[in-house]
Amino acid sequence: MLKIEAVIQPAKLDAVKEALIEAGIEGMTILEARGHGRQKGHTEFYRGREYTIDLLPKVKIELIVNDDLKDKAVQAILAAARTGHIGDGKIFISPVEEAIRIRNDERGETAI
Amino acid sequence: MCRRAITLLVFFACFGLPSMAMAVAPDLGPSPPATQAQIAVLQQSIRDAQTSGDNAWVLISAALVLLMTAPGLTLFYGGLVRRKNILGTMMQSFAMMGLITVLWALVGYSLAFGAGNGFIGGFEHVFLRGVSLAPNPNYGGTIPEQTFMVYQMMFAIITPALITGAFAERVRFSSMAVFLSFWSLLVYCPMAHMIWGVGGMLNIAGGRWPVFDFAGGTVVHITSGVAALVCALYLGKRAGYPQQDMPPHSLVLSFMGAGLLWFGWFGFNAGSALNAGPLATSAFINTQFAAAAGAIGWVIAEWLQNGKPTALGAISGAVAGLATITQASGFVQPMSALLIGLIAGVVCSLMVFKVKKFFGYDDSLDAFGVHGVGGTMGALLTGLFASGAINAVFGKDASGHPNPAGAIDGNWHQVGNQAVGMGIGWSMAILGTLALLFVVDKTMGLRVSAADETAGLDLSQHNEEGYDLNS
Repeated sequence: MLKIEAVIQPAKLDAVKEALIEAGIEGMTILEARGHGRQKGHTEFYRGREYTIDLLPKVKIELIVNDDLKDKAVQAILAAARTGHIGDGKIFISPVEEAIRIRNDERGETAI
Repeated sequence: MCRRAITLLVFFACFGLPSMAMAVAPDLGPSPPATQAQIAVLQQSIRDAQTSGDNAWVLISAALVLLMTAPGLTLFYGGLVRRKNILGTMMQSFAMMGLITVLWALVGYSLAFGAGNGFIGGFEHVFLRGVSLAPNPNYGGTIPEQTFMVYQMMFAIITPALITGAFAERVRFSSMAVFLSFWSLLVYCPMAHMIWGVGGMLNIAGGRWPVFDFAGGTVVHITSGVAALVCALYLGKRAGYPQQDMPPHSLVLSFMGAGLLWFGWFGFNAGSALNAGPLATSAFINTQFAAAAGAIGWVIAEWLQNGKPTALGAISGAVAGLATITQASGFVQPMSALLIGLIAGVVCSLMVFKVKKFFGYDDSLDAFGVHGVGGTMGALLTGLFASGAINAVFGKDASGHPNPAGAIDGNWHQVGNQAVGMGIGWSMAILGTLALLFVVDKTMGLRVSAADETAGLDLSQHNEEGYDLNS
């Protein structure tokens, strides 16, 4: 089992969600987040004063998938979230030790 | 055939009936001359009709001016502060609606509009003694004096509320309430008396230096704007200013506030005619023109300077135009109002962009940059552009032509009078504000503690939060 975390542009959330469902991913968790990578924010002007807004609104998607779905999921996110501009976000993948369904104590891959 | 009949009928109606009436009139005998009593009744009903019209407009105007404080100013200022201070900021203005109303009824109206001397009114109207439902010839002779009293009350409320923009996000609520209450009595009431009160030394009708201040450019905007600057300097900057970013938390709120300010300003300026006659129309139009030109002026200035036209710039420019036209609104031609608004938008934006940055003071919401600077410019520009054709303030000559009012009519002397009024406004605001700040600071303490400032005024002053995201 793997955890795929993708930080994406908020405007791309719907496209990514649909692409993931099409790829056979059944569950996901969405978090509204703020952050920056190399993009380093933007500047805003209020009454002539310049403000640097470095933490920008982002959406973080968390998926737990079976190992065999990894490539399909990553491809789906890449295809749907990419604009080609700085600030498109990142994908992180890490192993997951156990998954447990709270309702019936089911364990492992069937619990996903 | 039919047409001929109608023509005949019309001819008869036009010429036949009156001659018939003339023919039968002698039979009724001479109509009795109207008695003195009948004439008096007619005159009274004419006066009553005018009072109804004028009173309706001034009462509505009073409500409009109150709308400028809340929700106008509370939303405008509230949106400009950080999220943790919105209730604290709104409460500062709202508190004036409570406190100044009571003070005005008890003593403020008397100090402003009682006879007194050239500087301040007397005590004859404390507790509104002698302020009746009958008109007072000195204060809008066609409306009940109580209407005048309540209309002026709304001006007394918004003036200290404007100051709160200078010490936003860092003042103690209790100290603020005490400071602004006394400020109203010590600075506002004398200033209102000098310019508008009977016997005031700056009154147009018989003052030593007749100052044109139609709706309170000097009385309201100079006093509050300059007091704001003094407050900003005395209190010092907000913790973290200017290194830390403190952008407005909701320009949407500020937008609604600015719209309500603009709307309410029609009551502020056009209501100051104290009747529903043509002068109110003139002030109404000038208000609209200056607000529009102010918004355009500010936006163009910042577009050229920073590359983008901002929403905050547009609404700030409108308010600057409104503050600047206030003094001139019932004295100038519509084209002059456009020009005054444009100047206001450009100059006030430069004050806020450049001058504030240069000196480094923290006039947090630009109460001085907009109201102080706008009011000061308005005082002088009124002297330049006042037109006797709009408001024959110095009467008319033998042939019925209005005597020259401002420099545009050839009366350059008026610019001097305006400067005297402005100078007295600035002096009163500086001295009164400094004295009161000093006393309140030494006895109560003006600023919140550093911890309270970090927590925000909502929590530290009121035990509330404007935005409870958990409920």
